[in-house]
Parts: sequence; structure tokens; C-alpha cells
Amino acid sequence: MSRTELASRPAPPSIWHMYRAMVGVGVFCGLLIVTVFQVTRPVIERNKAEALQKAIFHVLPNASTSTTYRLDESGGFKVLEGEGVGEQLVYAGYDDTQELVGLAVEAQGMGYQDVIVLIYGYSFAEQAITGIQVLESKETPGLGDKIETDPDFLQNFERLDVSLRDDLSEIANPIVPVKHGEKTNPWEVDGITGATISSVAIADILNRSAQYWVPRIRNNLSDFQGHFQVGE
Amino acid sequence: MVSPDKSSTDEFIKGLWKENPVFVQVLGMCPVLAVSNTALNALAMGLATAFVLIMSNIVVSSLRSFIPKQVRIATYILIIATFVTVVDYVIQAVSLDLYKALGAFISLIVVNCLILGRAEAFASKNTVARSIMDGLGMGIGFAFALFCLGAVREILGAGSLFDVQLFHDSFQDWVVMILPSGGFFTLAGWLLLFNWLKQRKDKREQMDKSATLTLSKETA
Repeated sequence: MSRTELASRPAPPSIWHMYRAMVGVGVFCGLLIVTVFQVTRPVIERNKAEALQKAIFHVLPNASTSTTYRLDESGGFKVLEGEGVGEQLVYAGYDDTQELVGLAVEAQGMGYQDVIVLIYGYSFAEQAITGIQVLESKETPGLGDKIETDPDFLQNFERLDVSLRDDLSEIANPIVPVKHGEKTNPWEVDGITGATISSVAIADILNRSAQYWVPRIRNNLSDFQGHFQVGE
Repeated sequence: MVSPDKSSTDEFIKGLWKENPVFVQVLGMCPVLAVSNTALNALAMGLATAFVLIMSNIVVSSLRSFIPKQVRIATYILIIATFVTVVDYVIQAVSLDLYKALGAFISLIVVNCLILGRAEAFASKNTVARSIMDGLGMGIGFAFALFCLGAVREILGAGSLFDVQLFHDSFQDWVVMILPSGGFFTLAGWLLLFNWLKQRKDKREQMDKSATLTLSKETA
């Protein structure tokens, strides 16, 4: 590059100008994000709580109120006080006469695309899972997402047997996925053709969660009696 | 790209049709193909992008004399990312279901080349008023294009529009239309239509021109 060319080029801006622009824009952006976060946070938390409450009543259709319990160190259940971050939670559902009708439990596991998070209802009277609702899933639209919509598949969970052995130590028959149309036992999950991986994932998630939770719940049923909270 | 001969209305209209970001400029294909599986998702994504585009255009054009060109890309990205975060929170506050459906694609608005492209090519060189008109036109044009794709894919792939069933139960859904490949098919169909319309218009203009020329020769 010749000297004349160099001389004709505009002088580069000072470091101060660049610094001022970047810091100025950074501060403006930071303030904007913090303001929006503060304004929307209560609404988002309320939305999430409402969605969870709706899901609990969906999987426990006979319940009219619910109370959140946490699993304590001794293996029993205590009513949750505070936010419950990092705690293992279950939601007890009660009917109009304040009788315990069942428990809703959140479970998650890997699906075809990403983690599937679901909530299921457990009825101790029927010794069965009585309903599920998928809370988060990124399964393939039109195929894998049938786990949320396929009526034949959802029928599996109207009464999915999770009865315990006589000594109440573990589930008598693990939940197993079978091919579509081959279900013969009440603990089997009839799969979906074209969404095999997603439907098998649901059965596995339920099996793992039920193996863990059902014996604990069943052995501590008395913890759930006598605590009531009016549902929204 | 200062164009004093163009009115603000022209800046607005060009994004809607003549320079439509999807059908003509073929920009921002990631959300176009990924989120247009239903009309509602497509429209929500289009409007979210339009909001980010308009707001970033306003801020970039207001600060155009304040930002030295050596650091412009970094600051533009920062401004765009801020408005995307704002949209992310607002959608979560408005509807969790919608947030669930749009999922990861909201944060991908940051890297939508349409937004950075308009900030760099237009907003950084024009007044705030013109930049708003440009953002509005391009944003609505983008949302319109996404809706065109989403509507076709939902109608054929699920037999419904905005979750309202359109056909009898005997209608067999074309599941492929909801899958990613359906996005390509539908986009190809729309591009074909737009190019055909453009060719037809060009041909007609050419014919008109030659007719006028012959007429003027005859008169002479």
C-alpha cells in the first residue's frame, strides 16, 4: 500500500470510542434483561405452578385438592414447606371428603430426541398407575409425539398394574413394553407402531420411577393422612 | 444503502413482497423449515422474529453514530441477543404451551441472518423512522412467509388449521409434511410459485415494451 493511500484512509477511532460503545451497549442490554426478568418472573412461576396443578388433577381425576410432600432422610414423607429446590417431591391428591385418592409423581428419562418429563398418577387402592401426562418432550412431530395424543396408547395408563409383592418390598411385575396389539397382562404397555422408541421410553421411565417410588409410598401411606390444602 | 428516492412506504412494502426475506432473499431458513410444522407455531415464530427485528433496527439506527465500525458486529449481536432474551421471557409469561412448542428455536433467532443482515445493511445507515418501516416490512413479510408454509403443512399433514379439523375422519394425514422433509417440499412449492409469478410479470413487461416500441416505430 502506497503512502498516499495510507494517508487518504480515515483515522481509526480511538480505543476510548470502541470501549465506550461496547460498555455502553452492554450496560443498556444488561439493564433491559434484568428489568424484563424481574417483571415476568412472578407470572412465569405462576404459569408453571398452574400447569403442574392442572397436570396433577389430570392424572388424579377424582382429586379436588392437592398437597406437596417431600421425601425426608428417614425414608418417610413430610409436607413441603418452602420452595422444595433439590428435594424429591410427590403430590398427594384428596377428594371432597378429604380422603386420599392417590399420588402424582414426576418422572423423566431419555426419549428419541431429548429428555421426556412426565407426571403419573398412582392409586394405592387400585395398586395401579391411573393416568399420565407428558410435561416436556421434543419427540418427532407426527410420529414420536403420538405418546401424548394416541388414544390407544394412553388407554394403557388408565389402569397399569404396579401391585407390590406380599412383603411390600418391590413391584411384583416390572412394567414392560410390548409390540402393538400384543398386550396380554395388565402390567404391559402396548406400543405404538412408528413411534417404537418413544413408546418404549415411556414404559422404561414409568418402570424405573415406579420401582423406586411405589414401595416407598405404600410403606408410608400414613404420612399422607391428615394434611390438607385447598387446591386452586 | 441510503436511498432518498424511496419513500418510507416503499421501504415497508419491499419486505412484504418484492424483497420478501423467505420467498425472494431465502434468508433465515433454519426457523423457516424447523418451526413451520403448524400454522400457530409458524405465526408465533414469525411474530417473535419480527419483534426482535424491529427493536434491534430501532436501537442500531439510534446508535449508528455512537458505534465505531470496528466493533459493530459484536454490539449488533449483543443488541439482538438481548431482545431475543426479552422475547423468550415474554413468551414464557404469555403461554407455556407455546413456549413448549417453539422450544429451542427461540434462542436461535439470535443467529437468524435476516436480523443481523438488516442491522448491518439498513439500520446502521438509515434514520430511525426508515429503519422501523424496513423492520416492519421485513418482519411481517417473514411472518407471512412462515405462516404460508405452516398453514400448508398443517392442512396436509394433520388435516387441520389452527387445530380446527378441516376434513372428514377418512382423510389420511400426509405425515411427511409435518416432518423436516415436508418443510423442504412446501418451501420448494412456494418458491416455484413466486418464481413463476415473477417470470410471468417480467415476460408481460417485456411484451408491453416491445409493443410500445413497434407502435412508436409505426407512428414514426
